[in-house]
Amino acid sequence: MKELLLIAIGSALVNNVVLSQFLGICPFLGVSKNVKTAAGMGGAVVFVITIASFVASVIYKFILVPTGFEYLQTIVFILVIAALVQFVEMFLKKAMPPLYNALGVYLPLITTNCAVLGVALTNVQKSYGILESVVNGIAVAVGFLVAIVLMAGIREKTEHNDIPKAFQGTPIVLVTAGLMAIAFFGFSGLI
Amino acid sequence: MVNKYMERLYNGLVKENPTFVLMLGMCPTLAVTTSAINGVGMGLSTTVVLVLSNMLISMLRKIIPNSVRVPAFIVVVASFVTIVQFLMEGFVPSLYDSLGIYIPLIVVNCIILGRAESYASKNPVVLSIMDGIGMGLGFTVGLTAIGFVRELIGAGTVFGFRVMPEAYEPLTIFILAPGAFFVLAALTALQNVFKNRAKTKGAAVNGAGAECAGGTGCESCASRETCGGKMVFSGMTEQEKGGEAK
Repeated sequence: MKELLLIAIGSALVNNVVLSQFLGICPFLGVSKNVKTAAGMGGAVVFVITIASFVASVIYKFILVPTGFEYLQTIVFILVIAALVQFVEMFLKKAMPPLYNALGVYLPLITTNCAVLGVALTNVQKSYGILESVVNGIAVAVGFLVAIVLMAGIREKTEHNDIPKAFQGTPIVLVTAGLMAIAFFGFSGLI
Repeated sequence: MVNKYMERLYNGLVKENPTFVLMLGMCPTLAVTTSAINGVGMGLSTTVVLVLSNMLISMLRKIIPNSVRVPAFIVVVASFVTIVQFLMEGFVPSLYDSLGIYIPLIVVNCIILGRAESYASKNPVVLSIMDGIGMGLGFTVGLTAIGFVRELIGAGTVFGFRVMPEAYEPLTIFILAPGAFFVLAALTALQNVFKNRAKTKGAAVNGAGAECAGGTGCESCASRETCGGKMVFSGMTEQEKGGEAK
């Protein structure tokens, strides 16, 4: 239990996926214009990463390891993730149309969100079991959610500020992200 | 004849430089550029994968059915990434260790799939290879530039050689995570300065234009017009809509 808690805190706050591992930068910069869409994207990522880390670790443990095909992990994982995203998209379209409408555009983008593949690969690298992988996946995704929602909140506030011309657009967002990364260093004392 | 190929190189290195102009592949750009040599290593391995996958996809462009092209591209790219990963593990283990998880993550680098989709699947083999070389070198130059700045300020060295005087106290923050954001912000701002100077168009450029030109990764202007824009708008409160209209 204690290890799981350590994994969760470590992945969500101390080694925040966006601000210290630099995974999932694309949606972090692209979909953080207002809090609602950011939260939607974050929710979709939590959903996909949780399922993906479970499926990936099951496949790794029960198919790749017994057959000795560990080296195919990158190919297998990316295909699993792509198929999974497609499946989730179809499922949401049928079962939960409002949620689908809210996340619609961002679901396909999650395939190329490196955080998803990153989590699957990290789980293998750190030789986590299935339960640990899922906990790690949820924690990483929650870390992403926290980071993107905070970022969107800050961006809403700074939108009408008097920013120097050259820093308008992406640069100010990057500066904000840098400051947030410094703030997240504060968590490193936790473990 | 030669011009056509040279144009591809120029396009990748300058006109559509993936790092500074298109802002693609941001994850490795920020993550591995703690030193110039890491930037070079990452850039070159991406280049190798990009050239090979462009070549193969261009060869297969008439065979791959249109409906399954994206999964097919992903398999091609993932195979080459696995090969490159093995080669690096065998021949340059130190670089392999310092790049770590970012080598398999080349698979999800937007540049590679982007070039496969927008160029290699529509053009002949040799042109696609040149396009891969151009884009790859453009990416390498971008990574090396960022790595150079970060290493110089953060550690006082360049490619491992000490260049700053002994009295210089390195600002370690620049080789840590926040430094990556700051350096990229500064370089993009610098680029905006040149862009603004080149075309002082006034209000239109400052608003949506600046954002588009800066290109916020996957959400750059093209997709925002068709889908993202509508969605973002529907998700806003009345007050925000008012603010947007202003």
